[in-house]
Amino acid sequence: MEDQNTNDIMIQATDLTHFYGPRPAIEDVNFGVKRGEILGFLGPNGAGKTTTMRILTGFMPPTEGKVTLADYDVVEQSLEVRKRIGYLPETVPLHTEMQVTNYLKYMGTLRGMPGRQIKRRVGDVIDVCRLQDYHKTIIGKLSKGFRQRVGIAQAILHEPEVLVLDEPTIGIDPIQVVETRRLIQELGREQTVVLSSHILPEVNMICERVLIIHEGHIVAEDTPGNLAQRLQGVDQLQVEVGGPVQEVLSALRRVSGVTEVTQRYNQGRNVFVVQVQQGRDLRDEISRAIVSNGWSLLSMQLVSMSLEDIFLRLTTHEEL
Amino acid sequence: MRTIQAVAWKEIQVYFGTPTAYIVGMIFLALTGIVFAFGVVPSENNPFPEATLDTFFSWTSLFLIFLPPALTMRLLAEEQKLGTIELLLTSPVRDWEVILGKYLASFAFLLAMLALTLYYPVLLYIFAEPDLGPIYAGYLGLILYGAAALAIGMLTSTITSNQIVALIVGIGVIGALYVVHFSTDIVGGIASVLISEIGFQAHYEDFGRGVIDTKHVVYFLSVTAVFLFLAIRALEFRRWR
Repeated sequence: MEDQNTNDIMIQATDLTHFYGPRPAIEDVNFGVKRGEILGFLGPNGAGKTTTMRILTGFMPPTEGKVTLADYDVVEQSLEVRKRIGYLPETVPLHTEMQVTNYLKYMGTLRGMPGRQIKRRVGDVIDVCRLQDYHKTIIGKLSKGFRQRVGIAQAILHEPEVLVLDEPTIGIDPIQVVETRRLIQELGREQTVVLSSHILPEVNMICERVLIIHEGHIVAEDTPGNLAQRLQGVDQLQVEVGGPVQEVLSALRRVSGVTEVTQRYNQGRNVFVVQVQQGRDLRDEISRAIVSNGWSLLSMQLVSMSLEDIFLRLTTHEEL
Repeated sequence: MRTIQAVAWKEIQVYFGTPTAYIVGMIFLALTGIVFAFGVVPSENNPFPEATLDTFFSWTSLFLIFLPPALTMRLLAEEQKLGTIELLLTSPVRDWEVILGKYLASFAFLLAMLALTLYYPVLLYIFAEPDLGPIYAGYLGLILYGAAALAIGMLTSTITSNQIVALIVGIGVIGALYVVHFSTDIVGGIASVLISEIGFQAHYEDFGRGVIDTKHVVYFLSVTAVFLFLAIRALEFRRWR
């Protein structure tokens, strides 16, 4: 049990900032990943997920900040880090002119695996990724879904301590998505997995912890369950009111228990979105506030927040 | 060492598994065959040709402006285009191992192609009594010159993801080193000596005469080393872009 603390942390990222030109792709990103954990990066496209993954894998150094993986510095001891990771880039770049088996053997040698181990593991990963019927096929002739499997196969080939998967289920058909998620979950039992996704249910399903990243910043971090709970019970009311916008806004904000009110036009009608404190039903108070001011209450709808809403609320500036 | 081998072996497989190399090889053999024949077959201008490979060596040096960059253009440019460089550079492989492995593959292919031209001297040997000294030296010259040209091609393939750009810039650099000695007459003085020393010609010519001068060997090996070094640095640099 000695030194459990340092052993427990697999990846530690401190104040990561990366610039492409003048604009930062990520800024002051901090996070840690425990050994054996499945961590999900969730965020819309262009949020900085791929940048973060590329820094983790040593493909490019951060402009500022530091990452250690198994206590090795990603920039200074890049080779030690690279020995310990398996990586699936978002675009699944493969040598299209090679046969699946030859490609996997080649990747195995690059990872410094001994010949006998390569032979055994290539057979293993072909089974695990269900590529049996295609092991002699030229990669260029495979469909997107099968290429994805080859991409995963090469990532897990050398049984790395850390798996970095950038959008592992993008662009493949629904059945394969389910298979891939199951595979990642299985792998996550023994390996540390960092994956990125812009699909919330996916992260919710696979990951033990979620980082929501938006415009280069981490905006939320928790287990999927806690994230949901944190915002669960925060109910929303959509209220349609006939009346002057600013006055209605301030009147609604004065109602006790209301945390936030925003206004938008929906097909020329005035819709107010009212966030209500956990577990409180304020329909009565709100309708009274509107009617007592002499405005007309046209409709009122109770909307509870789904995880998608949380995600949207955390990551978009658009009003709900 | 094993990773260099793996990188080299993979590229050799690609060379022989794709038509490009065969096409390049075919053109090279056709051209060298023609110039060889011109040199040794009696004609009106040259009714009693000597049993030498002189014309072959001088013309082949010209072909080697184009052949090496055609062999190397794909090596790193394609990895960058396809994005496979991301998996290559995140594997526990050092940058110099990548460059060296790929370079060795192209060098092996060049050697294979030069080996196929060996039937020219064999023909000479069967039908005449050629002086073997210039032939040995000439081939050594071609190999050294080719090695340097391939290194230049490696650099140009590293700095771009566009194979055509890599090819054209490569031809440009090698071509410039090939023709630079023509300007020695214009500039004169110490500058002319310097320019001629930089260019390929002054160093290549002697090999065809059967002279193996250490100075020239060192020159070609230095050019090779410098450009391979630059290619490695260019590969390192692309991480920081």
